[in-house]
Amino acid sequence: MDRFLYLTFDGLSRGAVYAAFALALVLIWRAARIVNFAQGAMAVATAYAGYSVTSATGSYWLGFAVAIVGGLVLGAVVERVVMRFVDHSSPLNGVVVALGLVLIIQGVLGMIYGNEFRPAEAPFSRDAFQIGGVALLSRYDLFVFAAVGAVVVLLTLLFTRTSTGLRMRAAAFAPDVSRLLGVPVGGMLTLGWALAAAVGSLAGMLVIPTELGLHPNAMDLLFISAFTAAVLGGLDSPVGAVVGGLVVGLVLTYVSGYFGANVAPMAVLILLVVVLLGRPDGLFSKARARTA
Amino acid sequence: MTIVEPRATKTKSRQKSVGRKLSPVLVVIVGAALVVTLTYVLPPFRNYQLATIGAYLCVTAGLTVLTGLNGQLSLGHGALMATGAYTLALWQNKFDQLLPGIVLAVLVTTAVGAIIGLAAARLRGPYLAGLTLAVAVVVPSITSTFDGTFNSDQGLSVALDPPPGVIPVEQWQAWICWAAALLTALVLAYLIRGRFGRDLRAVRDDETAAKLAGVGVARTQVLAFVVSAACAGLAGALFAVLAQSVSPGAFPLTLSLFLVMAIVIGGLGRLSGALIGAFLLVALPSVAQSIAEDAGSQHLEGNLALTFFGVVLVLVMLAAPGGLASLRLRRRNRKSHA
Amino acid sequence: MTELLEVEGLTAGYGAAPVLHDVTLSVGEGRIVAVLGANGAGKTTLLRTVSGLLPATAGRVVFDGRDLRGVKVERMVRYGIAHVPEGRGVVTELTVDENLRLGGLWRKEKPSLTEIYDLFPPLASRRNHLGHQLSGGERQMLAIGRALAAKPRLLLLDEPSLGLAPKITGQIMALLRDLRDRTGLAVLLVEQNVRSALSIADEGVVLNLGRVAARQKADVLADDADLRHAYLGF
Repeated sequence: MDRFLYLTFDGLSRGAVYAAFALALVLIWRAARIVNFAQGAMAVATAYAGYSVTSATGSYWLGFAVAIVGGLVLGAVVERVVMRFVDHSSPLNGVVVALGLVLIIQGVLGMIYGNEFRPAEAPFSRDAFQIGGVALLSRYDLFVFAAVGAVVVLLTLLFTRTSTGLRMRAAAFAPDVSRLLGVPVGGMLTLGWALAAAVGSLAGMLVIPTELGLHPNAMDLLFISAFTAAVLGGLDSPVGAVVGGLVVGLVLTYVSGYFGANVAPMAVLILLVVVLLGRPDGLFSKARARTA
Repeated sequence: MTIVEPRATKTKSRQKSVGRKLSPVLVVIVGAALVVTLTYVLPPFRNYQLATIGAYLCVTAGLTVLTGLNGQLSLGHGALMATGAYTLALWQNKFDQLLPGIVLAVLVTTAVGAIIGLAAARLRGPYLAGLTLAVAVVVPSITSTFDGTFNSDQGLSVALDPPPGVIPVEQWQAWICWAAALLTALVLAYLIRGRFGRDLRAVRDDETAAKLAGVGVARTQVLAFVVSAACAGLAGALFAVLAQSVSPGAFPLTLSLFLVMAIVIGGLGRLSGALIGAFLLVALPSVAQSIAEDAGSQHLEGNLALTFFGVVLVLVMLAAPGGLASLRLRRRNRKSHA
Repeated sequence: MTELLEVEGLTAGYGAAPVLHDVTLSVGEGRIVAVLGANGAGKTTLLRTVSGLLPATAGRVVFDGRDLRGVKVERMVRYGIAHVPEGRGVVTELTVDENLRLGGLWRKEKPSLTEIYDLFPPLASRRNHLGHQLSGGERQMLAIGRALAAKPRLLLLDEPSLGLAPKITGQIMALLRDLRDRTGLAVLLVEQNVRSALSIADEGVVLNLGRVAARQKADVLADDADLRHAYLGF
């Protein structure tokens, strides 16, 4: 029972990271109707930047901030310089271009930093402390919950309470009508990419210290897990992304805990297959005509 | 999209197809003669590179059928190659009979491809890409899960007999690889020219119309996957022969991405494009490596090729205004806008 | 005398063949001009070219003395042009209130929506309902209300009566006439329902195969039986 509780909290902590990353994927899907296959590579790139700043200045938090801001910038640049010029009439075009970006980013990172694993320290202790005599959560886990929670709250406020959020949603749901009402649709798209990438960078910074280390391919499996979470929740549902993320986190942690860590990647694949074949629209999606 | 072809085109295409039916055999014969000649002329390292191109051609040809002609984007063919490679390795280490080993590798990979294909037939666009991406990322980790058999990251060595007579190893490798490649090209060429090819294209261009015309959409898509998987298994087995070893590190995610890049840049939907792609897959890293050696940087090696491939892929996709669709070289009727 | 909106020799289309040929018309301040004609005559294309959704291949559109060539669609609402497109364009994933707010977003000071809710009481009682939950008549009110929230001087309205019961159509036409009289709003009204349109319009323009077949005062047009038979079907 103790083990189960411990795994549950561990799973929720991992799940929170998947939720954040899945949110990044959902944000871009809602805005641009494409799955950003380069999101993992983009997050790794900003993580490298962040950790470089940390080693140069000795401050983790400065590096953390640099990574997030780097995400904002990278997202905006990718949208303006590359994605804007892709012919979106076929969904495959965006996928292939994103894969090209993955190659570029991983190649450049390898050239600058090399392909060995670099150690990445966590800002807080990862030792679980005791609650009622059971080792459940670590300080780091609490930090993860707080960070992801803050992101969810901030994004919700942005989209439901602010004019900018309204503009972004309108631009995503009905671009032509929005233009007629004076909404700068192109600018809103860039902003959407920037925010999504920043969220992805946050997720990256949260997960790296729990992995083997920093490496150009470090986020490949995270992408798959988050993609699974996003599909599970429904690609156009932010609530679904969060729920999906937590579910995937729990499932993977239970599988690792009871069957060994080696089996975890297989579990992701099986889960993805089950979701794609069983309920491809996801649990929370509402397929509907966007204007009427 | 016309389902019934007008008379004039039919006669023309029949004439063309008679002419075309002759040429795959001709091309293969000429190709074989060319390769054999080259292997006597080239130095050993170039023969090795020639052999590698041949091995790549097997898988790029199969991918051309799957992605170019049938419109299914697979990011997981590197993992299918790994399946073929490991099957061959395990067989060779027990039995050391190359030809049956290769056949077995193809069969096993075909079976795996059928399973993935059955799942994939129901998926479209980013969902299919995501699934195959997951396959590419996850399958290499199976070597760790069952590390008794697969020996985890260190991989396995492949037992091989030396070539017959006094033929140098690299020349022998080139012959094996190109025999396989030309055979594959020949089989695929005939498949493409026949009913199968028409069905593939019909499903890619307009599923509903194809269904109405009586084409079994799911069956066509699974078959396309199976055919391309067989090709990938063959290529993987050849890779095992070339490297005389297998390891998960030889089949990373980037390999799958390279394969996609190769057929996109080579031009989708034509076997000649597959040949261009296979050539690029060997030539570009080679160029990158010599640049890296001149620069004296260890980091550059490999990563320069990655970056280069990525840049070329993005530029090709952006420059072709219709994206993947416009890279298909056969003429299509433009659909008028409503 | 320059009118608020002047369209001169406008030619536009999608792809190779133009849909509009050399169209000339004008809308004065505080005037309602009805654009009539059969399906495919080019009425919707005309509105889309005026608001910039479709670039013109020849001719020009001048609004309040300003040549609109090359002006981005997003800027139109700032100049005072609001376009309610074919199909209304109510954003179904947003609430009634959010749709209305969208109309006023371009303004530095966000306008109060009470005026709009006063004009359309049914919307007030459904302000937090999502767009897709509204009936056809309510959606039309929402689309017009949203355009009015942008405080336009010229309203481009594409087939407001489509799919609506006669009673609601009547209410909407009365509303337009009322707005013209009270606030000096100018309207370029595309309509299939000729009787309703001519009943409130000052002027009528008949399009046939993309060309202007007739341009008359509304009452003259309504009385001209030959014209009606030839182009309008009754």
